[in-house]
Amino acid sequence: MTPSADHGLDVAAIKRDFPLLSRSCHDNPIVYLDSAATSQKPRVVLDSMTEYYETINANVHRGAYQIADLASRKMEAARANLADFIGAPDTREVVFTRNATESVNLVAFTWGRANLHDGDAIVLTELEHHANIVPWQMLAAERDIELRWIPVDAEGHLDLTDLERLLDGAKLLAFSAMSNVLGTLTPVRFLSDAAHAAGATVLVDASQYVPHLPTDVAALGCDFLVFTGHKMCGPTGVGVLWARAELLEAMPPFNGGGAMILKVTKEGFTTNEIPWKFEAGTPAIAEIIGLGAAVDYLRDIGMDAVRAHEVSLTAYALRTLTERHGDRITIHGPSEPASRGGVLSFEFGDIHPHDVSQVLDQKGVCVRAGHHCAKPLMAIMGVNATSRASLYLYNDESDVDQLSAALDDAADMFAI
Amino acid sequence: MPGLEDLYREIILDHYRNPRNRGELETPPAHRAEGFNPLCGDEVVVYVDVDDDGVIQDIRIGGQGCSISQSSASMMSAAVKGKTVEEARALTRAFKAMMSIHENELGGDPDEPVEIPEGVTLGDLEALRGVVKFPVRIKCATLSWNTLSSGLDAVSV
Repeated sequence: MTPSADHGLDVAAIKRDFPLLSRSCHDNPIVYLDSAATSQKPRVVLDSMTEYYETINANVHRGAYQIADLASRKMEAARANLADFIGAPDTREVVFTRNATESVNLVAFTWGRANLHDGDAIVLTELEHHANIVPWQMLAAERDIELRWIPVDAEGHLDLTDLERLLDGAKLLAFSAMSNVLGTLTPVRFLSDAAHAAGATVLVDASQYVPHLPTDVAALGCDFLVFTGHKMCGPTGVGVLWARAELLEAMPPFNGGGAMILKVTKEGFTTNEIPWKFEAGTPAIAEIIGLGAAVDYLRDIGMDAVRAHEVSLTAYALRTLTERHGDRITIHGPSEPASRGGVLSFEFGDIHPHDVSQVLDQKGVCVRAGHHCAKPLMAIMGVNATSRASLYLYNDESDVDQLSAALDDAADMFAI
Repeated sequence: MPGLEDLYREIILDHYRNPRNRGELETPPAHRAEGFNPLCGDEVVVYVDVDDDGVIQDIRIGGQGCSISQSSASMMSAAVKGKTVEEARALTRAFKAMMSIHENELGGDPDEPVEIPEGVTLGDLEALRGVVKFPVRIKCATLSWNTLSSGLDAVSV
């Protein structure tokens, strides 16, 4: 198969890089459309982890022997690789966590407790995933902190009419760069600048952004950026917190234990340098190395090409589903492909999303059904649940066609 | 491999499209109980009115959910109306026994007969037997029954 002319991705070749995509589900070839939940993993990522365990498995930062040194270097090389991938000026600014959720909790627990006090305000948006809501609610429950919400409009864009008033006196603006429900891309630079002008610090949840768009923290202008490895072709169990070095230096530590200390006596301890100050205990060494391999894989393909492919495929999906299913399908979120990612939340007639996904599953089509960990947004949309198909670099027009055809089965079954 | 026809039996779709005993009851005298499935966001509200003799005089179902949770709630309401609290509890045990085959015994034979307590008839509810072949959906089918149980617990205290 020749690469499509419009974006230059050879999707047929990319599909072959992902072992799982060659399997069947219920006797049909798998059509994997749930990458917003977790992506599949290319062979090079799986091999890098196996190679680590088979050739250099040793704990990091402690042994003087050869393989311990190799393991430490490999892990720190992955850190440098991640820093380069997101445009971080300093490798020490990349902290490894378990996932994006832990990254937000780390900031809430350390920076939040040191900097937010009774009477302060945090600004969130109605687009947020629970991971960027609940840690702040937990902090707000401990202290007299006000949570303010930037609303969403009917198309799923942020309504910035009252932004100045919402930011007035706020200490933190925490928001998603791309909605995991609607695919909405938010104006990260604009919001960062507005927050800074109001004296607020900025945290960006980039869990759905880093896997799909070229990322440059300097251009985004934020202070904290959180994302997870498993949505960007990496393994589960490793996430990233990026923050400007001076912020990390000033923050109290998170978990206490080995690796995060310089010195411990019976009287107390002194903390290690950043980033290790925030990495107590043995890290997910194999997974960090695997994430480094995922970054290599994505960089080789090119994030500009990934984004161009997804814009084109999203446009195709919006067009195909609407043309074939007409009024019986409602696709939420921005109508303009350039202002959104490839996350398509939809309602299909009055068929419950559980039932939609059950019928699609019989054809091997994997979509998510539920509230997508964004219940406040679902309440605003006036729904309890949606079906969600999400696209990635290994999806092509035939995947969209399979989804569209399988929806006919659901229509037949439920007579809509 | 189980097919969708094992799950979406005609009687299930009928109860889904035409739910019985849908609505609310005044509280008191009725008691209101809520149940949630946090994984999918489904919610069910059961209003149950029990008289002094322990008979379920009336029952109403509210909330929203998928075809399995809604049809199960509808069939349940029809099955327990006019029954005593003890009979409703026995029916609940029987229904959950039918649903639990795979939940408790992974790899068990879905066609194996279920031990239903003596004197209890599942009737239309037998149509939900196919749900055990789709383990993800068992929680959908049992949501209203667990909610009824908590409602009856509150009434009996």
